[in-house]
Amino acid sequence: MISLQGISKIFGAITALDNISFEINKGEIFGLIGPDGSGKSTLLRILATLLRPSAGHAKIGKYDVEVDYKAIRKIIGYMPGQFSLYPDLSVEENLNFFAHIFGTRLEENYFLLRDIFTYLEPFRKRRASHLSGGMKQKLALSCALIHRPTILLLDEPTTGIDPVSRAEFLMLLKNLKKHEITILISTPYMDEASACDRIALFKNGKLLGVDTPGGFREAYKRTLYSIRGIRPARLLPELRTLPSHCWVYASGNEVKVSTPNPNEIYILREMLDRSTIKQNYQIHVIEPDIEDCFIARMKDTYGE
Amino acid sequence: MQTIFFLIQKEFIQIFRDRLMPRIIIGVPLLQMLVLAFAATYEVKETRLVVVDFSVSTESKQFIAHFAGSKFFKVVAICSDFKKAERLLLQRKAHQILYIPGDFATRHMQGPPPSLQILTDGVDAMAAGIRTGYAFQVIELYNKNLQSALAGPLPSLGGLRFRELYWFNPELNYQTYMIPGILAVLVTILGMFLSSLNIVKEKERGTIEQINITPIKKYQFIAGKLIPFWILALFDLAFGLLLARLIFHLPMLGSLPLVFFIASLYLVIVLSFGLIISTLAENQQQALFIAWFFAIVFLMLSGLFTPVESMPFGAQVFNYFNPVAYFIKALRMILLKGSGLHEMSSIIGILSLYGLVALTFSVRWYRKTTS
Repeated sequence: MISLQGISKIFGAITALDNISFEINKGEIFGLIGPDGSGKSTLLRILATLLRPSAGHAKIGKYDVEVDYKAIRKIIGYMPGQFSLYPDLSVEENLNFFAHIFGTRLEENYFLLRDIFTYLEPFRKRRASHLSGGMKQKLALSCALIHRPTILLLDEPTTGIDPVSRAEFLMLLKNLKKHEITILISTPYMDEASACDRIALFKNGKLLGVDTPGGFREAYKRTLYSIRGIRPARLLPELRTLPSHCWVYASGNEVKVSTPNPNEIYILREMLDRSTIKQNYQIHVIEPDIEDCFIARMKDTYGE
Repeated sequence: MQTIFFLIQKEFIQIFRDRLMPRIIIGVPLLQMLVLAFAATYEVKETRLVVVDFSVSTESKQFIAHFAGSKFFKVVAICSDFKKAERLLLQRKAHQILYIPGDFATRHMQGPPPSLQILTDGVDAMAAGIRTGYAFQVIELYNKNLQSALAGPLPSLGGLRFRELYWFNPELNYQTYMIPGILAVLVTILGMFLSSLNIVKEKERGTIEQINITPIKKYQFIAGKLIPFWILALFDLAFGLLLARLIFHLPMLGSLPLVFFIASLYLVIVLSFGLIISTLAENQQQALFIAWFFAIVFLMLSGLFTPVESMPFGAQVFNYFNPVAYFIKALRMILLKGSGLHEMSSIIGILSLYGLVALTFSVRWYRKTTS
């Protein structure tokens, strides 16, 4: 459905995207995951025909993003990272406006919007500027869907909204799958990977890998320990003397230690018992999540 | 076509929902007509005069009385101390010093005529010129009276007689001349600023991204932006003309439809120019500064305040390309002289050409992609 071949984008001295190639299949929810500034938005903007790549080719279906941008604009729905509907128009007016611009009417593709609309219905007459963050995103999604696109490009739709609204939003996306819409979503939240069929991990404009969330976890060839019960700020300096092939990092209120050698748990325990920290702690072997996979790929790509 | 209609509809909803816009649309013409039209006058109402009289004679007193009797002069002091008079001028308590030398009275009867000196505060060059002119008129009057007093009634001289007659503005009413110009300023400022702030505002809000990925065509987008402001500016022109008629009894000799036809052409240029600025600027401040800069240059050189004929050659050449100059000229010609379509044909031609060029650029330069 979407194919990228050697896409690069250079802004002056900054390489926002560095030789990116991968494919997205029809009807899948595909996640672009990476921290801020990793190039996700740039990639989406290239696919949305708003930016031209510095090198490489991108195709949506049989259309090239640079040559056939007019045809592409008819089949994509794009939701920019920044809320960009008219704040001084009401929910209804925004929807009608974008429907008209695309040469359609709200009623025509209502079946696509029905789920989302149940949330928006009570706020029909309210101005977009007076909506909550979650409602704004639902309105933006509706406007992106109004012309029944076959591809949805969503740039960080869940950033800055509350966890309940995030979950609702991801549910709405899952429901859209039955209409055979290919969804490309970018997010800095690693935990949203589970909502995606496949994901691509990005860091500093480089692609760290493309796989299913399960595939990433299976490919994790190291052993991962989680240490709880001691504040990471207290614990991290103590573990600095571990050999350099052990990766030590904080994740929430736990500290994770990743090692290629499962036996190193003994060194770890010994080290903790000898240390000045006289505190109870729990240490477990855990399954890696996407964040751990991301860190592993990042270390592989960039070294330390 | 339908798309353009919905764009215009959206633009109007936004304009009337804005807190400031409706007030600007009604307030600016009111303010310009009421304040600017009254302020824009070259008439110097009062000249405060200090007389330094070294003669102190019947003749000099009579001479001073001529100034005191004029409605344009107010004699604030008569003294024989030049320093004091100078001080009054410096303190801005006086505008002008009249110096009457000691031999004023004696030279009346014999010898060469007496010399006078008039010193005028020249900070405001325009007013200074007018004040000196008024003083000459008073002196002229004194001369006439003196001659008739000495020689009795003047024999009527044969030869030339002279009567002044001013056409199109017989009383040389300055407001009549200025108001068409102020109407042009009104239309220009409103059109230029509203349009130059508009697209860049969509850029700042990010709404332009959402528009750019739609299959909307460039010309549709520009038309959707241009037409609402075009309608508003024409509305303001009508409003301004109405005020001019009611308050200042501005003569409207020519055809009003012709005024609006030319204004429509002119507005295409102004609005396209504003939209070009808006497309190129990155934020509203930038757009405002650029629009302000061009508006000032075009207006100052347009012949609004000073006749184009008295400008340096370069400025006159510039005005061949200055649509504001054509528009002001057209307004004055139609309203005050009653010029018709025939006299306007070259202006219409030029404005159409410029409009076409500006419009083409505004459509061409609007980018649906960034960098």
